[in-house]
Amino acid sequence: MTIRVEKLSRSFGEIQAVKGIDLQVERGETFGFLGPNGAGKSTTIKMLCTLLHPTSGKAWINGYDIERDSSRVRQSIGIVFQDPTLDEYLTAEQNLYYHCMIYHTPVKTRAARIDDVLQLVGLDDRRKDIVKTFSGGMKRRLEVARGLLHEPQTLFLDEPTVGLDPQTRRSVWEHVLKLRDRTGLTIFMTTHYMEEAEYCDRIAIIDHGQIVALDTPAALKRMVGQDVVALTTPAPEQAAALLERHLNHPVRRAEETIYVEGEDGQALAASLIRQLTLADIEVRGVNVTAPTLEDVFVHLTGRAIRDELASAKDRLGARLRSRGRLRR
Amino acid sequence: MLKTTQPAAIPQSSPGSRSGPVFFIDFEGIAMIWRRDMVRMWRQRSRLMGAIARALVWLFALGFGLRGSLGTIAGFSYEQFVFPGVIAMTVIFSGLQSAISIVYDREFGFLKEVQVAPTPRSTLVIGKCLGGASSSTVQALIILVFAPFASVTLTPLNVLATLGATFVTALAIAGMGVVIAMWITDFENFGTIQNFITLPLYMFSGAIFPTRQVPAWLHAILLLNPLTYGVNAIRGVLLGYDIAGVPLNLAILLVFTGVMVMIAIWMSRKEV
Repeated sequence: MTIRVEKLSRSFGEIQAVKGIDLQVERGETFGFLGPNGAGKSTTIKMLCTLLHPTSGKAWINGYDIERDSSRVRQSIGIVFQDPTLDEYLTAEQNLYYHCMIYHTPVKTRAARIDDVLQLVGLDDRRKDIVKTFSGGMKRRLEVARGLLHEPQTLFLDEPTVGLDPQTRRSVWEHVLKLRDRTGLTIFMTTHYMEEAEYCDRIAIIDHGQIVALDTPAALKRMVGQDVVALTTPAPEQAAALLERHLNHPVRRAEETIYVEGEDGQALAASLIRQLTLADIEVRGVNVTAPTLEDVFVHLTGRAIRDELASAKDRLGARLRSRGRLRR
Repeated sequence: MLKTTQPAAIPQSSPGSRSGPVFFIDFEGIAMIWRRDMVRMWRQRSRLMGAIARALVWLFALGFGLRGSLGTIAGFSYEQFVFPGVIAMTVIFSGLQSAISIVYDREFGFLKEVQVAPTPRSTLVIGKCLGGASSSTVQALIILVFAPFASVTLTPLNVLATLGATFVTALAIAGMGVVIAMWITDFENFGTIQNFITLPLYMFSGAIFPTRQVPAWLHAILLLNPLTYGVNAIRGVLLGYDIAGVPLNLAILLVFTGVMVMIAIWMSRKEV
């Protein structure tokens, strides 16, 4: 087991940010940690990375106690933060070499490791360039590469793609998933993008400092409801009557469209179409909708993640603007 | 049999076994902080040149402007007397600045990379002190080239001694800078605080006037200012002015550095 968390809590004065959470992450798993802003995500991730002491509870990362063995924990994890942490006035290579120094990787293997990680994220042709000249996506990829230099067993990604455009986000993820498949790395990530949460083997949703759900994306979606099949036909009344007889329960009908709920939307649609065709009822259109992780999130937290994303972007935008001003 | 590597079948080596214990002093981590400061100093050569130019303006304006009206101080002309003060000036500006760059690193993110690394908190503090001291010493070396203009005689011995005294002085100033950087959490106030500290420390240090025959209140301020001891030490070894006091001044600076480093390490124990 890579991450084990037992009754982990953290308070800031009167406010209890994290209220005794438990979770376990297996080796090689990609684990998503979702929740509204202020739900306790960052506090938890900081405790796991030994940047914050828990008020109570315990946690082990790669077998090391986060309180007693913090430098071993640090040595065994890679971290990519939401905010950039590169030195923009140095070259890509210098940033990587300094990381090797402060993580004490064996001197003899440094050059090879740097080659390796640069190739992995597709930046080997930019190694001598000053980081300031990189695009947002390239900087992110360089940070991922740096996080991997010391061969960590677990990679923490704290909203690694916030503020990047969709194409860049995809390219960052392609690289991350590629190296996950190649190295068997355990990934613990937070994100506000639901399509990125789909990459996870399992997801925990945290709200008000407590884990409110923990399961695979598919199981979480089943929790909020079933798939819905919508059939359009020129004879809706006839079709509805037939399907009600066949399914043994009433169906919803709105004008020319009939809605049927079921476990497996695809298979259900196929069987419904077959029934209608056998009865010589024409089917003009079919649409299957499955619950999304977005639905799960709203269902569990009562907040849309899109709003959360907007405010996360606002924060980042404000920060970048203030930086721009200060640099000039 | 010495066996240091993991079995080849496991692709991920066990990091704990490789790093060994992390001591209170992490030499390689300190080297990393220092080296980064040196690279950045070289990258920002224009800033270095600016600092030299500023020092020379002070030297020529004060040294030659006031020479006629001041006469001699303990047998030294005013431009000779003020020359070590100008070296001290580069120390206070660049030593303080390079240590306070921690505030920039915090604002622009790089500090976090150091804070999450498996290295003790002393790494950043000591690395920054050494970085500030080194860049001040480089500047002092450049300024020494102009010594003949101020009729200051250079010998290999007094050049080496001056660089050594500069290094020790800059360590103390950088240590103070690191404490200030740990204390400042608001980036917006940073410029104000820097101005508020740098200039008074320079003016009230004996860099531009002799510390004898000053009013008691001023003397008290001078004694509280670490740069005073630095100026005394640099002037002592470069000019032979009050040379007997040099060891005491250097000792005070070293103790002050130690105290500052301890305070800075203690202050950086805050959670990220």
